Amino acid sequence: MTSNTTESDLSTSAGANQGMEFSTDAYLDMDLLRFLTCGSVDDGKSTLIGRLLYDSKSIFEDQLEAAESASLSRGDQRMDLALLTDGLRAEREQGITIDVAYRYFATPKRKFIIADCPGHVQYTRNMVTGASTANLALILIDARHGVIEQTRRHSFITSLLRIPHLVVCVNKMDLVDWSQETYEKIRSDFEEFAARFEINDITFVPMSALTGDNVVNRSTNMEWYQGPSLLHHLENVHIAGDRDMIDPRFPVQWVVRPQGDEHHDYRGYGGQVASGVFQIGDEVVALPSGLESTIKSIDIGGVEQQYATPPQSVSIQLEDDIDLSRGDMLCRPNNQATSGQNIDAMVVWMAEQPMVVGKKYTIRHTSNEVRCVIKDLRYRMDIETLHRVEDASDLKLNEIGRVSLRTTRPLFFDPYRQCRATGSFIIVDEQTNNTVGAAMIVGETS
Amino acid sequence: MTQTVDTDTAHDGAHYKLTHLKALEAEAIHIMREVAAQFERPALMFSGGKDSIVMVHLAMKAFRPAKFPFPLLHIDTGHNFPEALDFRDRLVERIGERLIVHKVQDLIDKGIASEDPGPYPSRNRAQIPTLLDAIETYRFDALFGGARRDEEKARAKERIFSFRDDFGQWDPKNQRPELWNLYNGRHQMGENIRVFPISNWTEMDVWQYIMLEKIEIPELYFSHTRDVVTRMGQYVPVGDEPFGPREGEEVTSRTVRFRTVGDMSCTAATDSPASTLEDIVAEVAAARASERGARMDDKTNEAAMEDRKKEGYF
Repeated sequence: MTSNTTESDLSTSAGANQGMEFSTDAYLDMDLLRFLTCGSVDDGKSTLIGRLLYDSKSIFEDQLEAAESASLSRGDQRMDLALLTDGLRAEREQGITIDVAYRYFATPKRKFIIADCPGHVQYTRNMVTGASTANLALILIDARHGVIEQTRRHSFITSLLRIPHLVVCVNKMDLVDWSQETYEKIRSDFEEFAARFEINDITFVPMSALTGDNVVNRSTNMEWYQGPSLLHHLENVHIAGDRDMIDPRFPVQWVVRPQGDEHHDYRGYGGQVASGVFQIGDEVVALPSGLESTIKSIDIGGVEQQYATPPQSVSIQLEDDIDLSRGDMLCRPNNQATSGQNIDAMVVWMAEQPMVVGKKYTIRHTSNEVRCVIKDLRYRMDIETLHRVEDASDLKLNEIGRVSLRTTRPLFFDPYRQCRATGSFIIVDEQTNNTVGAAMIVGETS
Repeated sequence: MTQTVDTDTAHDGAHYKLTHLKALEAEAIHIMREVAAQFERPALMFSGGKDSIVMVHLAMKAFRPAKFPFPLLHIDTGHNFPEALDFRDRLVERIGERLIVHKVQDLIDKGIASEDPGPYPSRNRAQIPTLLDAIETYRFDALFGGARRDEEKARAKERIFSFRDDFGQWDPKNQRPELWNLYNGRHQMGENIRVFPISNWTEMDVWQYIMLEKIEIPELYFSHTRDVVTRMGQYVPVGDEPFGPREGEEVTSRTVRFRTVGDMSCTAATDSPASTLEDIVAEVAAARASERGARMDDKTNEAAMEDRKKEGYF
């Protein structure tokens, strides 16, 4: 692996590529961390992502050259890093980010998927989309401005979507003379308001994405900071415990049924393990039938294995021939999902046309599709002030509210706080077929 | 029936560690099964390139021991490497699945598609009407593609379920939100979607997976001796007409391989001694140019891919 020789404003991070050697064995043993970055153009988010990608050698020379030549032809003084990440022509022309973009990089320890989301309030739905699959959120704070309304909104969404880990990047420390006092003030301000949210793991990193301090390498400008660099934290944060290994939930997605004589007796229930561990010999119960059986085999594409964990996609065969099809769920007899039709959920509205109480929609939950009617909007959350608006009559685009709904058939669910996979659903408009809402189940309506 | 896993350790996540490749595999299998369940007539786009070969492998993981609930579809530009076609036919025979070949030349003969003008005609554009014709002929409502988001900036924002109108057009401003692992495949008659199960894979992931799973790929990807000319600063393979050298071009024999296998008319070779998968992985790790850098079709202008996608290209 050669040292970098590209001439760009990123190459100031000397030696960043050292220690990035991949060995085949290590690569095959890496795990996956999906994280979310939220911020607006001014926060230095693009610079931060550009640096992570560049320092991990995930930007290629021809991509850099394309961004450089585009900057030049636009008359910019130096390469605009946002050009590396803003994909659609309209975004490039207007200099804004309007959609979630997914980016990829790897270090010898981990593979990373970044959901790069726009920060402004009118893009709340995009942030929620990116947050739905993230294990970790990066929130950027401009050290000159401290905690602002946007910081609160992003933290609230992080908590609402139950992203297990949060990293607060106090950026642009170079512009506040690397002041420990400024950093500590921001940190205590953040901790004070974050106490209201359920976020278990919060880490603070003072940094400058522009100069590279504490992004990949420890800063020499902030000796007072004893913690790891951002990348070191991303590489080492413990994510194995994020998966729920306790509550077995297996939504049946597809029945694998060979037609030939060779596999005459094979009947596999294909699906992705939502949570918990399933093993050969486990007693299981099927919802909604309530019939019980035992796991005979577990395989992936015909290759057998002893157990299945989330988020593996497997096929499960049972000892008994019970009626089971798409939309049903396997659980353990002593640990079952709630089966119910009256659902209490937090809903993020994603369409121009508002959510209307009394209207019927289709919802997709695990491998199930059912119709529902919106019974009540209990309150709307004002995401600027985080106050509840009790007399709200509808939910408009990007608004978040507590909703009661009734489904035509029972859903097999858990509270979102317990299981993201069985606690989430999307709302689909039956006229346009569009996905218009995202919902996190609180529980059954009382 | 014996329990081989100690249930006392079942709560320990590290015990059940899932590598990133296995996590990506699980996601792809889930997406394929979801399409099989939500659509009437899917098909898997198969080009003979490594990404589509990986897709076939993933389909086997999703549906074996049963047959695939969809055929493979090859849009044959007529500009294929002969090695890629041989490989395609052998693979299809080995796995015993149905292959539909739809030929660009037939559409050109009918006057529905036309060759690009200019000195180096590519059949990229002619693929679009051919693909749309296949969709109409076979009434496909969902097509699996092997595109990845790391390939290009426009792809980085495309959904896994990507909706197209009657003309196969993509509207980047009007994409459905895609959350958790919930995919909304509801569509009107005449609408169809492109589905990208390996969206979240990188070039490196694909190569590592090929190595891990011991997946057979065409010899073109490995180092070999080949006649090439230098065109637009790249090594372009030469073969029988219309792939012969142009006026003033000198044919040289070089030790090369292909990082990506598209049409002979628009895929450049790179100097490489990499003759094993391990060599290739090492080469990819050290590479300083992107994979699509070897695709001359993307170099036309900065938004080339976005434009072609809007027109119905994959």
